Amino acid sequence: MKPTAFNSIHKKLGAKLVEFAGFEMPVQYSGIIDEHRAVRTTVGMFDVSHMGEFKITGPDALALVQKVTTNDASKLSEGKVQYSAMCYQDGGIVDDLLVYRMKDHFMLVVNAANLQKDFNWIKSNMDGFNAQLEDQSDGISLLAVQGSKSLATLQKLTGSNLSAMPYYSFVQGNLAGIDMIISRTGYTGELGFELYFDSSIAVSERVWNAIMEAGKEFDIKPIGLGARDTLRLEMGFCLYGNDIDQTTNPLEAGLGWITKLEKNNFNSRDVLLEIKKKGISRKLVGFVIEDDRAFPRHGYNIKSNGQKIGVVTSGTVSPILGTAIGMGYVSTEYGQPGSALNIMIRNKEVTAKVVKIPFIQR
Amino acid sequence: MTFPENLKYTKDHEWIRVEGDTGIVGITEYAQGELGDVVFVELPQIGKQVNNGDSFGTIEAVKAVSDLFAPITGEVAEINIELEKAPELVNKDPYGKGWMLKLKITNKSELDGLLDAKAYRELIGK
Repeated sequence: MKPTAFNSIHKKLGAKLVEFAGFEMPVQYSGIIDEHRAVRTTVGMFDVSHMGEFKITGPDALALVQKVTTNDASKLSEGKVQYSAMCYQDGGIVDDLLVYRMKDHFMLVVNAANLQKDFNWIKSNMDGFNAQLEDQSDGISLLAVQGSKSLATLQKLTGSNLSAMPYYSFVQGNLAGIDMIISRTGYTGELGFELYFDSSIAVSERVWNAIMEAGKEFDIKPIGLGARDTLRLEMGFCLYGNDIDQTTNPLEAGLGWITKLEKNNFNSRDVLLEIKKKGISRKLVGFVIEDDRAFPRHGYNIKSNGQKIGVVTSGTVSPILGTAIGMGYVSTEYGQPGSALNIMIRNKEVTAKVVKIPFIQR
Repeated sequence: MTFPENLKYTKDHEWIRVEGDTGIVGITEYAQGELGDVVFVELPQIGKQVNNGDSFGTIEAVKAVSDLFAPITGEVAEINIELEKAPELVNKDPYGKGWMLKLKITNKSELDGLLDAKAYRELIGK
């Protein structure tokens, strides 16, 4: 297991550490519900240094990004970030990712579990492009600071005007005395920032400690991967490996908004155009179980009138709503809000109702 | 982490405390820590016969669901109805207010097959 630069801090804090994508990562500190509420009400900090960062340089950098991703990276000006996906030729999703437009290159932020696969996939798409691909993941620490008090916490530590930053933008700034990328992004639905900086232990601990100190007056808490999952699920954000993977395409996953079919020749464009023309046969929906004594989990079957019509991809109890929420693929005719579904929860059919996502309003 | 000496333990992380012919059953401090925040405990009906090693219910934590296994054969004499309103008692007080059920023990000799505190500690490496 690889430690991140914050490993000894996690251990000191008594975090429960688990193996995740080859890293030893904190799954929780004080408890998932407590941490979840901290992010929803004030501010929390996540070590997400396991995420991967690729640098794409060269005269054809944009052309390569355009080929391998579904969103339109030509729309990005320097300092802007885009949520995007990479697809195989059959439309299956390689990964979802963030694309950063730097001054003279692109940075792609990918899921840790997919890092090697993504790297190889981009490599295999580089024939004929005058571009270079570099994996910078080991050299970068990544902290996410999320919650309504994230701005007030971080503003104390930097001269960059954080309140002027639009969602999905970034600046190259200095925070806590360290040069870094300050990005107005996150995976929680809250006001929040993600900070990319040098992964040496000295630098990383300095940044962590400065933020914890600055956030003290707001009761800042360290947040583990457990609450990261419940926070993203309340917002209906997809998690690769759960809600999307190589067997799902972006159109059925509700990611049509990052799939720019009008864009010239990107991987799987023809297949996705065809699917769009024919119409999708299933779609990813959110649902709630109003009988709060049953909780949906990844892999549970979804039925209607005794017929299997889909499968649960994510489920939990929403710490904010107090009820069970989930997402899953269902045949398109059951995809409208208000549709009734039956979730098979350990041999019991439990009634669920399709709802619009996000599950909570932010 | 504490593992009281007066309890018997299973490999599946349940504990049982014997009072006369009754065994009080719950899950260990280690188990609740591994599960994380407990949000629901599904318990059997009173009067139900459970066999040693059978699943007698389920425990839902935020992250995952687990089966609960009977440490011993018996008849369910009582369940902890407090857990319906306050499942977090399993986290806060696993050996006390977080108890789950009382079993009328069928055969006390089955207790000999369970772990004592020392053996349980060894099992989980604590």
